[in-house]
Amino acid sequence: MSTTTLEKTQATPAPAARAPRRARRRGERGPLGAALLHGGLAVASLIALAPVAWLIFLSLGPEKDDYLHPGKILGKFTFSNYSFVLQHTAFFDWFKSTMIVAAGTTLIGVFVAATTGYAVSRMRFPGYKQLMWVLLLTQAFPIAILVVPMYEIFSELGLIDTYWALIVINCTTAVPYSAWLLKGYFDTIPFEIDEAGRVDGLSPFGTFFRLILPLARPGLAVAAFYNFITAVGEVAFATTFMLDDSKYTFAVGLQTFVSQHDAQWNYMAATAVLIAIPVSVFFYLVQKNLVTGLTAGGTKG
Amino acid sequence: MTVAIDRATGSRRGDRAPRPGLGQRIRNGLQKYWYAYAMIAPVVIVLGVIVGYPLLRGFYLTLTDANSLNSARTIGVNHIAATYRFIGLDNYKDILFGPLSYDRFWSHFLWTVFWTVACVALHYTIGLGLALMLNEKLRGRTFYRVLLVLPWAVPTFVTVFSWRIMLADSGALNQILHALHLPQPQWLEDTFWQRFAAIMVNTWCGVPFMMLSLLGGLQSIDSTLYEAAEMDGASAWQRFRHVTLPGLRSVSSTVVLLGIIWTFNQFAIIFLLFGPTGAPDAQILVTWAYYLGFGQQPRDFAQSAAYGVLLLSVLTVFTSFYFRWLKRNDQLAV
Repeated sequence: MSTTTLEKTQATPAPAARAPRRARRRGERGPLGAALLHGGLAVASLIALAPVAWLIFLSLGPEKDDYLHPGKILGKFTFSNYSFVLQHTAFFDWFKSTMIVAAGTTLIGVFVAATTGYAVSRMRFPGYKQLMWVLLLTQAFPIAILVVPMYEIFSELGLIDTYWALIVINCTTAVPYSAWLLKGYFDTIPFEIDEAGRVDGLSPFGTFFRLILPLARPGLAVAAFYNFITAVGEVAFATTFMLDDSKYTFAVGLQTFVSQHDAQWNYMAATAVLIAIPVSVFFYLVQKNLVTGLTAGGTKG
Repeated sequence: MTVAIDRATGSRRGDRAPRPGLGQRIRNGLQKYWYAYAMIAPVVIVLGVIVGYPLLRGFYLTLTDANSLNSARTIGVNHIAATYRFIGLDNYKDILFGPLSYDRFWSHFLWTVFWTVACVALHYTIGLGLALMLNEKLRGRTFYRVLLVLPWAVPTFVTVFSWRIMLADSGALNQILHALHLPQPQWLEDTFWQRFAAIMVNTWCGVPFMMLSLLGGLQSIDSTLYEAAEMDGASAWQRFRHVTLPGLRSVSSTVVLLGIIWTFNQFAIIFLLFGPTGAPDAQILVTWAYYLGFGQQPRDFAQSAAYGVLLLSVLTVFTSFYFRWLKRNDQLAV
């Protein structure tokens, strides 16, 4: 519902009657304005791309010091770094760990955030304000205070070095914001739909699952994306809690290439590129929904 | 219909449509609460167990002298019980007023505040600028958007390593500066440049989120407002000042608050850019606290947690004031 709304606003700002007016204003910008716009966006895109492009370029140079004289890489393009990383490191173990943790966080996190978001969007119950406040405040919890007690708790429960530990922890950071975001999104879905569902004999859960969730797909996509990148990008807990190097996530695994004494930048670059691929794919799948989903959450605040 | 209008219906839900009788309403109400509590239960339980309990436990740790030598631990098959003592508020006294307090706490505190303000200001202004540009009608808008969101899509730890390579002594950036006959700072060694680099990298990582959120906000502003303003002869600047900015207010207040909280607690960028032990002067409070608790031997759990409590109090106080300020200006949609 909100998707169409927004696309309408961005595509044609006004009905035909007002078209000449818009056209004149557009004319006022003139070629110089357009050039400036394109120039600005192009420069910004270049800056956004540069580090990633540079990484891809370096990953093709065979020596670990190639980054110091990048000109030489041009003459000796090779995929040897990639084959080394794939064959002689624990890359696939890391890949598996990361995917398990990220998928777990995404599935559990989005589901839990959706029910919470729906509850705070549709219902006013005692404790509502406090819940919203806590959701916001959990964003502020610094890892420094949590990491030690969590370590104790998880080691007592025998959960250190397990995927569950990371999934649960990632959920605690990702869910509050996702719930907040989804609340905003649910708010944009007309309440009449819920009422219609109730009139037709659905329970609130039924309304939620059958009517609201399908309508909220763009919002869910954004929440999923947010959960996914939070889980993939989490460094502190993964570094502290995963001890067995076959269970490292990428965030930890990548650090093993760079120690105090030796930095194998070429392998690191190749691994980084390989990591960026699945994430970029996921990103590409959800990117159309990103603006819509974030807006709803953002405007609602 | 725009999002803004929907929002208005949302906040009017108290007096919706014709309602059934009183008894029915109470029964409905109870039923509603029941479902509401069932739906928020998972989050409340998980937050209570995984965040609430560690928080209390962490707070207790700050009142002790726990470190890795006297905490409960298992070496091989032997389990050694904890032997740390309760020492009251000594940790806080030591951190805030002790002989090393300036070097260890206040200098990091000042830098953290500066870091937060600088980063969020840059995020917001650059993000807003790009969002305004992307909101113009022009060819290739989607293409630019996909490119500009890239820094957000690629995991932070990947791009931070890429920056580290580019910022290295004779890395790409310095080679470019050399070619332009400009001075080549020691990005990763010199304190000033370390801080400069950290802000730069964090800005690069944080702009896409701001840009997308603000772009969404811009798109939800009613375009007739602009036309009305134009009819009244408002200049571009006046339209921006009196239509765009007020229209963005609720998005802005949210993203700025989140930005401040996230930046204040930004761990990964500084931790990875300088390595676990490097650049003591460029560490913000979070990474410094992590260093105290996990980066040194013996690990000082108590002090690390005390830093955490201090950080959390700073943010809580700040958030409360911010909320109050928003409420007074009627900008909060909660």
